[in-house]
Amino acid sequence: MTDSPGLHFKTFLLILMIVVFAPLGNVLLGKGMKTVGPATHWGLADLWSVFVRICSSGYIWLGVASLMTFFVAYMLVLTWADYSYVQPASSFSYAMVALLGYLLLGEVITPLRWLGIAMICLGVLIVGHTPPRTTAVKI
Amino acid sequence: MREFLLLCVIVVAGTGGELCVTRAMKQIGEVTDFRPAALVRFILKALTVAWMWIGIAMMAVAFFALLAALSFENVSFVVPVTALSYAAGAVGAVLFLRERISVQRWIGVFIVCAGVTIVLLSKH
Repeated sequence: MTDSPGLHFKTFLLILMIVVFAPLGNVLLGKGMKTVGPATHWGLADLWSVFVRICSSGYIWLGVASLMTFFVAYMLVLTWADYSYVQPASSFSYAMVALLGYLLLGEVITPLRWLGIAMICLGVLIVGHTPPRTTAVKI
Repeated sequence: MREFLLLCVIVVAGTGGELCVTRAMKQIGEVTDFRPAALVRFILKALTVAWMWIGIAMMAVAFFALLAALSFENVSFVVPVTALSYAAGAVGAVLFLRERISVQRWIGVFIVCAGVTIVLLSKH
């Protein structure tokens, strides 16, 4: 496979989907789990009742749908691009999730936490700027 | 302690699952046909690979650990901490998928880890 512009566009498009749907899914799960509440005891009966509440939460299902969309895009991109290329590139979502948590869930994010998240982004930028494929294609 | 265990499970099982899925997808080959029928056939084909199921099982474990963590912790804390899967992912990609990782990429991974450390410190 050659390193063509078309390949880069296809990769970019799918990574964009990954960056949007993964954080959105996580934020929806966070919202859902805050309504479900933590398991107070870790016995089977208690875990079962939590599981039932999880399954009947609309936010959880919306989150799952969003994550499924992300997962399909992720599977597709992994058929041609290296895992160690896709994972860092897709991980802009770590910053996106904090932003969505702040905007949609009203989570308090301290300046120190923003700094940590900014560093994660910086690391991502450095890692992301490498060719999509390093392993040879077997014919 | 409960929190620490959950975060470990999310990172280790999540990364392990992704590595297994990648191995499965590489076995199938690049997608060139994006029509719906072709995509459905592709998904069905993916489900016949054993690595795919191992990967899915590990990701399911990571998913429920994530739900447990989210039930008492902020999304903006839990998700950035799971960026630790970078370190796990880079090591796993070298050992398990035989990918080559450049020095530049390792530096990026190191900075990400430093960022995660700061996010962890921001909790106290």
